[in-house]
Amino acid sequence: MPNLSLVKNPMPEQEPAVRARNFQEVALGYTAEMAVNEADRCLHCKNSPCVSGCPVNVPIPDFIAKIREGDIIGAYHLIRSQNALPAICGRVCPQESQCESKCVRGIKGEPVAIGRLERFAADTAMAEGAAAAEKKPACGKRAAVIGSGPAGLTCAGELAKAGWDVTIYEALHTAGGVLMYGIPEFRLPKALVSREIEGLKSLGVKIVTNAVAGKAFTVDELLEEGNDAVFIGSGAGLPNFQKIPGESLCGVYSANEFLTRLNLMKAYTFPEHDTPVKIGSRVAVIGGGNVAMDAARCAKRLGAEVTIVYRRSEKEMPARAEEVHHAREEGIIFWMLTAPTAIEGDENGFVKSMKCIEMELGEPDERGRRRPVPIAGSEFELPVETVIVAIGNSPNPLIKKTTPDLPTEKWGGIQADASGRTGKKHVYAGGDAVTGAATVILAMGAGKKAAAAILEDHPN
Amino acid sequence: MYPIIRKKVLNETTTLMEVEAPLVARKARPGQFIIFRIDEEGERVPLTIAGYDREKGTVTIIFQKVGYTTEKLDTLQEGDSLQDFVGPLGEPSATEGIHRAAVIGGGLGVAIAYPQAKALHDAGAEVDLIVGFRNEHLIILQEELQAACTNLIIMTDDGSNGNKGFVTQALEKQIRDGREYDTVIAIGPLPMMKAVSEMTRPLKIRTIVSMNPIMIDGTGMCGGCRLTVGGETKFACVDGPDFDGHLVDFDEAMARGRMFRPEEARAREKHTCRLTGEAR
Repeated sequence: MPNLSLVKNPMPEQEPAVRARNFQEVALGYTAEMAVNEADRCLHCKNSPCVSGCPVNVPIPDFIAKIREGDIIGAYHLIRSQNALPAICGRVCPQESQCESKCVRGIKGEPVAIGRLERFAADTAMAEGAAAAEKKPACGKRAAVIGSGPAGLTCAGELAKAGWDVTIYEALHTAGGVLMYGIPEFRLPKALVSREIEGLKSLGVKIVTNAVAGKAFTVDELLEEGNDAVFIGSGAGLPNFQKIPGESLCGVYSANEFLTRLNLMKAYTFPEHDTPVKIGSRVAVIGGGNVAMDAARCAKRLGAEVTIVYRRSEKEMPARAEEVHHAREEGIIFWMLTAPTAIEGDENGFVKSMKCIEMELGEPDERGRRRPVPIAGSEFELPVETVIVAIGNSPNPLIKKTTPDLPTEKWGGIQADASGRTGKKHVYAGGDAVTGAATVILAMGAGKKAAAAILEDHPN
Repeated sequence: MYPIIRKKVLNETTTLMEVEAPLVARKARPGQFIIFRIDEEGERVPLTIAGYDREKGTVTIIFQKVGYTTEKLDTLQEGDSLQDFVGPLGEPSATEGIHRAAVIGGGLGVAIAYPQAKALHDAGAEVDLIVGFRNEHLIILQEELQAACTNLIIMTDDGSNGNKGFVTQALEKQIRDGREYDTVIAIGPLPMMKAVSEMTRPLKIRTIVSMNPIMIDGTGMCGGCRLTVGGETKFACVDGPDFDGHLVDFDEAMARGRMFRPEEARAREKHTCRLTGEAR
């Protein structure tokens, strides 16, 4: 008889008032007892609708069955067979719009907490030092992977398991891409990302840091040097600005800069680490996505009063429901239907306020989201010392510039089909570099598909 | 790790280091820069490439002790290693179409002006190299500079080398005396580059400046290095570091350069106490 509770086992979390003052992980993870109890809620539907919602096809009911039996390591290996980075996905996947959105239990009540169970299995296996994934003998084929974010790591892992000799080239000094520089410690501990990356290294994957594709080497050179295939997973790293007056004032950051200072450079420990971050007592974050939530919650932890300014309503916010909920709990203020029009500075060139205008929703745009329209005469001024712009990123042009025969979209994305094949022979691409800014799991799905295409196109 | 294979003190505030970094040396060109990090706790700091040896796989940097990290870098010796050293970053300086150039270097800018002057000189251009120092004891790279140009003019603020004045005054004099330049390249502190650009603007001489703002990644990711050039936002790391001096908003760049000054002071205090072991 399954557990018929209509609600998930709640996730133990740090108290909002406590966690809003530290950078430690917010969600603490299930105990074994909670995990088994939650696993009991799974009905093991014959057609497994949840699996169809997973970009990497994790055998969800099977791993949940293993947890129920108490075979956590077995559960981990089942997840690991399809997902290279389970401890990461269990934390940052938008399960509510993927696997859990298809769960039959979700029709009446809450779906099974698939993400929390995935995390439990991965964390338990890591703590117990579960064996690395199995690997085929070396096949003599070589691949270069550009970028060590979720797309690149996944592609590299899949190819290494198939016996390929894989080298990842990373521009920054630390591997992990957005997992290291973007997503904050309190949502995804960096030690955990490092451990997942060590797992890939134990499969034989080599990682070269401080290696900027398009500068230190080109895609063509990688092919000439004997790589059978090149995968480009360089992400969408170029921050967008609003092009409103005052964006160059001191105190205006792109979310990328603000988060990189904190996450990659550990500025929240300054002066223990050498990189500073400067923040006022009042901070405005522009945008409504996960990155905006991350930036806002980081600013809060540095002691600021934080306001999120978003031009549409909460319904249109692209951030995960859980992130918005956590942000609210921590005391972040939300100003919906509000758009900034200018940032004002003091006589020394530092931000002193942000001018805004209220919006209302008009007709839907081409993507079906209702377009925000300014309300005449509703202008007002928000006093702030720091403004963080989190309105999205564009692909980095360095590779495009130095690989003239690689077809790209007008907006800079690399053209690739659903399997990751680009218009250039032996060159594959996936993740944000192709789709524009999206999620970790979609990038992982793309890396995995591209690896399959590479294996198909380069048979032994 | 990136070993320091040669260290040379050029003057009391300026040091040269040759660093083993084959991946950077392979592609480096004049005008490009690197970013280094001393250790795991270190910040990422950009420095212009002063020279490179593709065969040895080394890159030369010249730095002035102006802040916490450069002071700390100066304590490293031959045989020590840097944690990180990435590049070449930025666009190389353009040399095409330049036949008669004045290359202006002020302070540490001299170290950056040197490879640019040399590249132009090697490409057959006539190059007047005008460099400035506070006094004659601070003059660096004199032999190298001499070999990298047609005419070398060294100015000192106090006149201790017998040639008193600022680089802008020297440039003005050259032009007044009838020297014709198709291009002026100015590298150094922002006020100097601004002054040169203002001087050449009415004369309509193409003027290129090399910008060195605060940045983190150096690949276009953080946007911290943004500048306003001709009314548009540009990233110094990927669009530059060279820009048209007549289009750069120098006042904004100067304001942005002051953003972290108090934090810099705090980091230096920590440095002092680490070096001396004294409690503050």
